[in-house]
Amino acid sequence: MQKSGWSEFEIGAMLRSFEGATNNIAITHQEDRPYSKSNSFTASVADWRIVKPVFNKEYCIDCQFCWIYCPDISIISRDKKMIGIDMDHCKGCGICVEVCPTNPKSLLMFPEQQDEEAALSEWPAKEKKEN
Amino acid sequence: MSEMKNIKNLKEFSTSADRFEGANLLCPGCAHSIIVREVLNATNDDLILSAATGCLEVCTAVYPYTSWDASWIHIGFENASTAIAGAEAMHKALKRKGRLKQERDPKFVAFGGDGATYDIGFQWLSGCFERGHNMMYVCLDNEVYANTGGQRSSSTPIGASATTSPAGRVSYGEKMNKKDMLAIMAAHGAPYVAQVAPNKWKDMIKKIQTGFAANGPVYINAMSACTTEWKFLPEDTIAISDMATDSLVFPLYEIIDGTKLNITYRPKTVVPVEEYLAAQGRFKHLFKDEYKYLIKEWQERVDAKWDYLQRREEASV
Repeated sequence: MQKSGWSEFEIGAMLRSFEGATNNIAITHQEDRPYSKSNSFTASVADWRIVKPVFNKEYCIDCQFCWIYCPDISIISRDKKMIGIDMDHCKGCGICVEVCPTNPKSLLMFPEQQDEEAALSEWPAKEKKEN
Repeated sequence: MSEMKNIKNLKEFSTSADRFEGANLLCPGCAHSIIVREVLNATNDDLILSAATGCLEVCTAVYPYTSWDASWIHIGFENASTAIAGAEAMHKALKRKGRLKQERDPKFVAFGGDGATYDIGFQWLSGCFERGHNMMYVCLDNEVYANTGGQRSSSTPIGASATTSPAGRVSYGEKMNKKDMLAIMAAHGAPYVAQVAPNKWKDMIKKIQTGFAANGPVYINAMSACTTEWKFLPEDTIAISDMATDSLVFPLYEIIDGTKLNITYRPKTVVPVEEYLAAQGRFKHLFKDEYKYLIKEWQERVDAKWDYLQRREEASV
């Protein structure tokens, strides 16, 4: 995006979230929206992360706790199913892992450089409950 | 009146299409965006939003980007409420004159931090409630001016260390009690006033939808755990929020028509306030021997408030 110099800014500014006219945004999912360049959806905060969440579909029960508590709209849920993580917008806070109720967790934090296949292969086994 | 969105369970709720976007610059683990998402997803109606200066505003409208997929305006620190009240008044006038291009009934929502609500925008907010605009004001209450580096606000509770009320050799931090904003807003005769917390999402959605359906100004006080200024790890936001609601430091209740009080959440096991305080760095100094009496006072204050709320609920006044 072409950036303006300080003297070229308008005193008041208006940014359009979408290109052209839009209707029913409330029922249109991200993949079908005509985002404009000034929508922060087109930007990325992936470089904030030092740890990243890895999703193991095998253990997921689609409870959607991660979806509701994700502060960065980075848990992608479609048709009541959790289908993945939006790595452009995830800041690596780790809330999704904390709220995941399965045993073993279906989301775990790994170092940012970790290979995802390797992370999945070293997934911890089910923990026994201590009474 | 548009149809209310039917949200039976979390799975159904998760089919919502968010109108708040990522790559905003809020801290990792910030509760602000969790609250904003829950508010915006509670309805499918058009939204007209405003935000007061604060974390939410500076982080979601960083030129040349916006994180909002709805009409959104920011003017100043104090006037998020009046900005949205003006829009609401204009909508009402155009509708009456039949000059609306499209017949739509948008929801008007203003967001403000506790600084913008309890202190700086208080007079403006009070004016909006007096005039009875059909709007919702959501206060994201993180008990500190987090955006400018953690100065105390009139929402900061006793004993919290803030940069303008630091704990040290001679002081235990903030000395004033937190303002009871809900009682003040209810005293305006507002049709609906409620306290919510992001971790109790179902309670929150219900209150937000009740607020949208109400005819008149609605005040929502949303507890927003601040990882940076409350000093806990970002992944603990929900755990800390759970402690806040379960220790009754943030009791969840609603006040209808300025009088009828309902408690909407009763924890199965009440957590001691000490645990809530111990989990946050801003209360660390209270655990020194000379300040331990403050923890006892905290517990007594929370118990007294809970007792008061229960008596009010029972008496239905």
